[in-house]
Amino acid sequence: MDTVQHSSLHASRSPPPPSRQRTHASAPHQSPAGAIRKIGVHKVARGLAWFSVGVGIAEILFPRTLAKMIGTPTASTTLLRIFGLREIAAGALIFNPGRLRATGMWARVVGDAADLSSLAAAYGCPNTTNRRALTAATAGVVALTALDVVCAREVSKEAGLMAESGALRVTKTITINRSPGEVYEFWRNLENLPRFMYHVEEVHVISPQRSRWTVKAPAGGTVHWNADITAEVPGEMLGWRTTNDADVENSGTVRFEPGTGGRGTVVRVDLEYRPPGHMAGAALAMMFNRSPHQQVEDDLRRLKQFLETGDLVRSDASPEGTGRVAQRPAQPSAVRQFY
Amino acid sequence: MKANCWHGKHDMRVQDVPDPKILSSRDAIVKITSTAICGSDLHLYNGFIPTMEKGDILGHEFMGEIVEVGKDVHNIKVGDRVVVPFPIACGACGACRAQAYSLCENSNPNAWMAEKFMGYSPAGLFGYSHMLGGFAGGQAEYARVPFADVGPLKVPDGLSDDKVLFLSDILPTGYMGAEMCDIKPGDTIAVWGCGPVGQFAIASAKLLGAERVIAIDRVPERLAMAEQRAGATDVINYEEQEVLAALKDMTGGVGPDGCIDAVGTEAHMPGPMYGYDRMKQALMLETDRAFALRQAIRACRNGGTVSVIGVYGGFIDKFPMGSLMNRSLTLRSGQCHVHRYLKPLLERIEKGDIDPSFVISHHLNLDDAPQGYDMFLHKADACTKVVLTTA
Repeated sequence: MDTVQHSSLHASRSPPPPSRQRTHASAPHQSPAGAIRKIGVHKVARGLAWFSVGVGIAEILFPRTLAKMIGTPTASTTLLRIFGLREIAAGALIFNPGRLRATGMWARVVGDAADLSSLAAAYGCPNTTNRRALTAATAGVVALTALDVVCAREVSKEAGLMAESGALRVTKTITINRSPGEVYEFWRNLENLPRFMYHVEEVHVISPQRSRWTVKAPAGGTVHWNADITAEVPGEMLGWRTTNDADVENSGTVRFEPGTGGRGTVVRVDLEYRPPGHMAGAALAMMFNRSPHQQVEDDLRRLKQFLETGDLVRSDASPEGTGRVAQRPAQPSAVRQFY
Repeated sequence: MKANCWHGKHDMRVQDVPDPKILSSRDAIVKITSTAICGSDLHLYNGFIPTMEKGDILGHEFMGEIVEVGKDVHNIKVGDRVVVPFPIACGACGACRAQAYSLCENSNPNAWMAEKFMGYSPAGLFGYSHMLGGFAGGQAEYARVPFADVGPLKVPDGLSDDKVLFLSDILPTGYMGAEMCDIKPGDTIAVWGCGPVGQFAIASAKLLGAERVIAIDRVPERLAMAEQRAGATDVINYEEQEVLAALKDMTGGVGPDGCIDAVGTEAHMPGPMYGYDRMKQALMLETDRAFALRQAIRACRNGGTVSVIGVYGGFIDKFPMGSLMNRSLTLRSGQCHVHRYLKPLLERIEKGDIDPSFVISHHLNLDDAPQGYDMFLHKADACTKVVLTTA
């Protein structure tokens, strides 16, 4: 079996999977995302950051005036001031590059949702004096929300947190003091994967191309999917994609590159997945749940331990080895749980 | 078994805890005969190192007898008498292959914590916080030693515990501090801090051919020990003399060729700057008080080397980068790659080049470990080094 994706192998570290590309990728200037890209994602994001800071300062200093402007003179000034702090915090994050900028942009989206629900509540409030002003304010926030969502997505793509398709993306890398052939062999025997991927309960190999996965779900219980090997260059790379009935749709590549200066193998994982709940799920995952990133990072570290030392490394405080669970005190445990 | 457990700032307790067990096929269990309190343990005792949990067993300088080995440990066997290096090293990763054992890429299961503080993680250490692995330490009756096929050094029966115990940390640490100065015959080396590591840095500088070794401290007994036992040619009491002026005078206006910081994060200094940094530390505006390091950089001759073996935990300010850069100084540092020095230094001890036991001021029973910490912290009763025995 040889490669299916020759063209993408050497082109870039993270080729977007072809089938997921949307229309805006082929006609970038006709979509809102294309327009933002044309102006420059960084410029638009910085513009929104300044806007955030400006609105935040206004909300903190002149809450009463602002409340009158949106037609709700009796609105809580405390609430407006809290919203102001939120705006400034989001703005401050957006001035940073990368992950922090994406976090700040999604914080703006969540903030927009909070603004909209407060405005909606104001419609039902007897103290609302000027419905026309309230409607204008609501329309403004709706428009801003649309811009924030599009910009948040573009910023997330630039930070490597979102794939071109809109799926969430995780990229991680580690260097292992073994040859690319050895690391590849270990990985290609897919039933080895649960040995270092703690969230994977079982991989059952159905055929050379297809495997059945049982994976722990964050809230307890398990999720399942079938995955097909979609690309394979022995000793160099593997690509996979789940079949249509997957609980969590995912795809990606893992590459095994010779390290410079005889440093063994550089393993690069580039995966994308669609959490249930789509946009809201994605926004929440971006803001609060780093766990897929941590999970892959921990997986790769355990793979390295396994291949270099022959076992996982355990301490008294972390008897299960690398992982982000609560620490025990650093003293021997009374129960022999492992080995 | 009995073990000395950390329960918070200035709160050590000797408690009954479960005996360690083999967790991996490359582990060994050591029945500890001698274990020491390190100056760096005082940073834990004083609450300066983050990621500690109540109940953590401290201690990273220990030796004893092998009582159990995992099935993949073949180089040592039950009954062997061994000294255990304080960094835990797998022997197989890129860092271990380059003999940079304290940078082992595998031995810290909690590497992600250290990465948050430091960018990348160093090796796991015995009894030294959860971000450095969460391994139970050696101030106990028994300890589990991971990668026992790589770390422990078998020592001959003819040498007493006191002579070889410090191979676990402070002797190689002092030696590496001197080695990092690339000493050439005729060089002058200044050493800040005359605790046990400083004493060994002084002795090592002499062994490596330094002509003059200047010891800097404020405790008269320690300065006397540096001169009489470690071989310092000159001493400076920094509370009585102006260090920079004294060094300039001693070196004909040139400055020492190499400066070793054997003090680290909890340095002292006379004058108002001490209060200023103490205050910043209390307000969490900086984590480490780097008086010794700042002074060592400013004191070093143009083009010289500053070697840092004192332990730092986080961030410092007023770092004299201009002095370092404009005067072509070299800054070297690191937790000691102990494994690299075990055999050569054991040979030096066997030949009689050095007898490290001179730094010991007190022998206590493991039961009295908490008093040992208190005494060592306050340098009470001329305390320079406490060795705990389990007998």
